[in-house]
Amino acid sequence: MALWKPDPSFYPSAKMAMQAPPERHAYVAALNIGRNDQPDGIRVVDLDPHSPSYGEVVHALDLPHLEDELHHFGWNACSSALCPYAPHPHLERRYLVVPGIRSSRLYIIDTKPDPRRPRIAKVIEPEEMMAKSGYSRPHTVHCGPDAIYVSALGAANSDEGPGGIFLLDHFSFDVIGPWEIERGDQELAYDFWWHLAQDVMVTSEWGTPRQFENGLVPEDLLGQKYGHRIHFWDLRKRKLSQTIDLGKEHQMALELRPAHDPRKTYGFAGVVVSTEDLSASIWLWHQKDGLWQMEKIITIPPQPADADELPPALKDFGAVPPLVSDIDLSLDDRFLYVSCWGIGELHQYDVSDPFKPRLAGKVAIGGIVNKAPHPKSTDPLLGGPQMVEISRDGRRVYFTNSLYSSWDDQFYPDKMGGWMVKVDVDPDGGIQLDPDFFVDFGETRVHQVRLEGGDASTDSFCYP
Amino acid sequence: MLGPVGPWLAMIGFGAFHGLNPGMGWLFALSLGLQQQRERVIWLSLIPIAAGHALAIGLAVVLVLLGLRVVSLAALQWITAGVLLLFGLYKLFNYYRHPRWVGMKVGAGDLFLWSFLMATAHGAGLMVVPVLLGVAGSMEGHAAHTGHGESGGVAMLVAVALHTAAMLLVMGITAWFVYRKFGLAILRQRWVNFDLIWACALLVAAAIAALMAL
Repeated sequence: MALWKPDPSFYPSAKMAMQAPPERHAYVAALNIGRNDQPDGIRVVDLDPHSPSYGEVVHALDLPHLEDELHHFGWNACSSALCPYAPHPHLERRYLVVPGIRSSRLYIIDTKPDPRRPRIAKVIEPEEMMAKSGYSRPHTVHCGPDAIYVSALGAANSDEGPGGIFLLDHFSFDVIGPWEIERGDQELAYDFWWHLAQDVMVTSEWGTPRQFENGLVPEDLLGQKYGHRIHFWDLRKRKLSQTIDLGKEHQMALELRPAHDPRKTYGFAGVVVSTEDLSASIWLWHQKDGLWQMEKIITIPPQPADADELPPALKDFGAVPPLVSDIDLSLDDRFLYVSCWGIGELHQYDVSDPFKPRLAGKVAIGGIVNKAPHPKSTDPLLGGPQMVEISRDGRRVYFTNSLYSSWDDQFYPDKMGGWMVKVDVDPDGGIQLDPDFFVDFGETRVHQVRLEGGDASTDSFCYP
Repeated sequence: MLGPVGPWLAMIGFGAFHGLNPGMGWLFALSLGLQQQRERVIWLSLIPIAAGHALAIGLAVVLVLLGLRVVSLAALQWITAGVLLLFGLYKLFNYYRHPRWVGMKVGAGDLFLWSFLMATAHGAGLMVVPVLLGVAGSMEGHAAHTGHGESGGVAMLVAVALHTAAMLLVMGITAWFVYRKFGLAILRQRWVNFDLIWACALLVAAAIAALMAL
């Protein structure tokens, strides 16, 4: 635990982090929900192009319990440890904090001594997590300057809200308690991140456990009952300061990606679907006269399709919604990647001017109707671009295809399996699939990817 | 050893040591200047930070003066050694613990409070108590029996001022070098585990107090 020099994967600024060495392996959440007696786990994928096992699963860590449903996970510590008001630069980026969104169980997974053979170091049981935090269904994990922050979608021992954020101790991994002091009328939760230099927390809304655990509830979607608001909080006073309603038709405001440069006060939010026209959208938040404002900067239209080609959930609509389920911003705040899980496309937008995004590149793979194959896959592919992760230097993008077990089965009813692919990025814009990189996980589905040493959705920086 | 100047030099030395610690303020000042893209902010921020630190040390002076009213100098030296030993051992195994403070948008008042909080929680004042006792003791020798409380108190306040001036100077020089010469990359290469050194310094101060009491 006692380091003499700072962890070498901590960087004061995003610009410096871009000079980091390339990642040599990835940790991937592997899901076996609904496959009898098979636990979820973490898979280690070799990303070192000089290794003979490049692009292969080199280790499988199975969890000791069933039905955890791993979703997002994160590192215990990252570059925010260098923040000046409470620096602890001699923490190690060593443990993965892995929540089970269905079980409300938290695993602390140690990536030392052998980073390719991670082991379980600690398990926080659901009873303890719920009793101490007041929440259930833990989801997003962010390494903060003073603690580990985890979002949760439900209240303890309940299928309803409010969802919120709780804290884990950096050193002992004990659950400290709920984060909010004054939550106002915030009820739904999902993603969160912050502008550390502004003392601002941003949170988004998906739905309550009742609304997602057994699949998308069509009446709730058509009734516009999923989340459609973005909340801005005072990070210091831990209270809600402003809420922006995107409009009821913009159902499921999910991923949040603030600019990495602490001097910039804007960020991007993805909306899954509009009940007006099935489109998906990307919104920009920015500050004007001390208040937050949001505007829609990208609209992705649905693609018309024959009813025969559509799953029962979509038959009446005659079109495939893009279903933007994840977005990710490169460390230089230049490229925003957008997963269109329904139509099977990954879009790359140049957001140098965040108000005027420009489509710079696109790859097509999977998709509800297209089922576009990969050069290395034998059959048409089910699922589409979903959890995206960008390397620190911005040159490589990895993504997986599973959204959430019960939702996968609604939109891709033909028993989808798991795969992970890689995209190469042209520094001036433009992306293409790496024809040699295709990881087939068989029937196991895969979700969040975390890269060795950090990635574009892990570290936050206190210095420009 | 160094006679009457020893404690004064020690106060200045501890001031320089506290100033060098990134967790005591210069790094915060530097980040604020970078954030606001104004170099002046760096230098202006150091002033409330130094003032908050001075208050924490001043609090130690008050405790020493109160202590001297109740017990003898030798007894107070032993008590100090004991407290420092216990706190030093605690910090040795919990050196990474810091008070919770989540805020980057700070004004002068916040910086003052923050600095006072950091110095107090890390025992910056406690660390210099043996030296303050040395200062008080040397005054006692000089101003034979003229009510040591008063002259000792004034001398200790001068010592706090010297300590703070040394701290401010070292903070300024360090911030200037990082800002102008080395750049932030130095944080990655040269930021040694100051928290661990700090815990050891507390133990060294405990040893000094014990030696002085002997």
